[in-house]
Amino acid sequence: MRTLYILTAFAVVLTVSLLGFRGRVFTHPPMDVFPEWAFPGMKYQPKLTQQTPSAFFSDGRADRVAPPNTVASSYGPAGQPLRNDSFLYQGRAPDGTFARGFPPVLKVDMRFLNRGRDRFTIYCSPCHGLVGDGNGIVKKYGMGAVPTYHDDRLRKMAEGEIFGTITNGKGQMNPYADKLAPADRWAVIAYVRALQRAQIGTVSDVPDDRKGELGIK
Amino acid sequence: MAKLFPKSINRLPLQLAVYLVVVVCVATAGVTYYMTPKYTRVGYAPIQPVPYSHAKHVGELGLDCRYCHSTIDTAGAAVPTTQTCMNCHNQIKTASPALALVRDSLQSGRSIPWVHVHVMPSFVYFDHSVHVNRGVGCVECHGKVNQMDVVTQMQPMSMGFCLDCHRAPELRVRAKADVFNLDSKTIEAAQGIDAARRFVHDWNIRPPQSCSGCHR
Ligand code: HEC
Ligand code: HEC
Ligand code: HEC
Ligand code: HEC
Ligand code: HEC
Ligand code: HEC
Repeated sequence: MRTLYILTAFAVVLTVSLLGFRGRVFTHPPMDVFPEWAFPGMKYQPKLTQQTPSAFFSDGRADRVAPPNTVASSYGPAGQPLRNDSFLYQGRAPDGTFARGFPPVLKVDMRFLNRGRDRFTIYCSPCHGLVGDGNGIVKKYGMGAVPTYHDDRLRKMAEGEIFGTITNGKGQMNPYADKLAPADRWAVIAYVRALQRAQIGTVSDVPDDRKGELGIK
Repeated sequence: MAKLFPKSINRLPLQLAVYLVVVVCVATAGVTYYMTPKYTRVGYAPIQPVPYSHAKHVGELGLDCRYCHSTIDTAGAAVPTTQTCMNCHNQIKTASPALALVRDSLQSGRSIPWVHVHVMPSFVYFDHSVHVNRGVGCVECHGKVNQMDVVTQMQPMSMGFCLDCHRAPELRVRAKADVFNLDSKTIEAAQGIDAARRFVHDWNIRPPQSCSGCHR
């Protein structure tokens, strides 16, 4: 009997020393307690979800890109069935020039501006800085050539041209169209305009009833 | 006639019964300890094709999760595109051998073969946006990614893990502004359980506990 207990204790010590404790870090794929080959089930179904590989398509991806010259159908911010509003989706006026102002289908209000600030902080501030002066965190690590928004050229630039920069990129800046929906791009532009305006503000811009808060008479 | 068996044999059935109980206990303990996701999955840190570090990009540079995982609050999680990396790395560390695969991928159009860390079985429906938009922070399920050089699975992602929170979300929710801030506190830790209950009530947070909620 005693040998049996000693053997059991030995087996326990062996298991623990082989398998270790919970919380260890390992690089091999996790063990399946009920592997699919022994217990067929529905754990790994052949359906294709986003970013899954696929042997069917020549590029090996399940995610497909739209064929050229298709117009995406989308119930966008304005509820139109087709993405054919050139102001909203390309920033162009009917005559093909960069449009000024904001698409009439969007309401520019405080909520819109807050959305813009939110998106700007995530996607633009690492390079352009929180106030748009071009001194984002990555400048310290060798990112050159990020312009400040606070010069006359960019202040006078049509909103549609900034929309084009976000959508298609420009020079060293890559496009952000994959990360920002068209309405969000316009929201960011509204916030960029607010940043630019803030830098050239004067005392007379402060409403009379708020002057006290800033210590201005 | 000599005795065939010594007297001590009389105690053998009892001794065997006791031993059996001990073995069953040890085996049960072993199975619950070693064959559950807390052991099999927690700690999984695969070797990635590119030595990308969240500690550097999130902890040090302060990038928001959404800069790279940009679909997380609308369409579910995705690993970032190669272009996302090249937004910066077209100017930063352009000659680094660590980034050779990223540059190749941009040139050839082939995806970087990132290894999935967290994998849900296909029969479970899981969606990030509903969690992220309703005050469940990344840290609840992924741990402190902002301190990891290699993403490591921190939670078992078992059914029990999901249900623990679905049964008592007030202990785990945080303010909406804190969801992407991995060092933030839950409402319960910051303002007490009453504030957390009020939040859950005001936002009408009712996570599904019925089978069809997750197995649809
Ligand atoms: C990865 C760094 C980076 C990020 C992030 C970034 N930019 Fe840029 N941006 C640049 C660089 C670099 C340039 C200079 C491009 C050039 O002229 O080569 C630039 C230029 C610009 C310009 C001036 C274009 C012109 O006509 O001169 C605008 C406007 C602009 N960015 C807006 C944005 C907005 C809006 C966002 C957020 C959606 C953004 N950028 C995010 C790096 C960045
Ligand atoms: C600079 C881009 C970038 C940023 C910012 C970023 N990530 Fe990631 N993340 C990646 C890449 C690339 C991978 C895939 C490689 C890997 O797993 O290390 C990844 C993988 C992950 C994974 C593992 C996914 C899997 O396969 O299961 C998690 C979890 C994750 N990120 C969470 C976060 C969180 C939380 C944040 C914000 C605090 C964040 N990430 C910010 C680029 C980024
Ligand atoms: C916002 C800009 C930015 C983005 C986006 C970005 N990185 Fe980086 N990356 C950096 C900076 C800054 C460093 C640090 C350079 C240093 O330490 O001098 C760095 C360093 C690295 C390094 C270490 C390089 C070395 O030689 O030490 C790797 C690898 C890396 N990044 C991979 C990636 C991958 C993969 C992605 C895409 C998921 C990515 N980065 C996206 C800014 C960025
Ligand atoms: C409620 C728990 C939970 C929360 C909160 C959560 N995740 Fe996840 N995450 C998961 C699970 C489960 C998976 C595996 C999903 C799958 O395999 O379909 C996952 C997978 C991922 C992946 C990999 C997706 C892929 O396709 O490989 C990334 C990236 C990720 N999460 C990032 C994040 C970020 C960033 C946040 C915070 C905004 C976050 N997660 C919040 C549970 C969570
Ligand atoms: C930390 C808390 C937490 C964890 C962990 C968690 N959930 Fe949730 N879950 C929530 C909350 C909060 C909601 C939102 C309820 C609402 O909106 O009323 C939710 C909602 C859901 C929904 C409903 C989505 C819909 O569209 O109706 C599903 C499905 C779900 N969770 C699945 C899961 C799965 C699977 C896991 C495990 C990987 C998990 N959850 C882990 C908190 C959590
Ligand atoms: C909060 C979401 C959630 C709810 C609600 C839920 N489950 Fe699950 N279930 C899961 C997850 C996640 C897994 C996968 C666990 C794993 O991979 O370790 C799972 C796995 C299972 C499995 C194991 C299948 C296998 O082959 O391994 C069974 C059986 C199951 N669930 C039955 C049920 C039943 C019955 C109910 C209703 C009483 C239910 N589940 C409700 C999330 C849920």
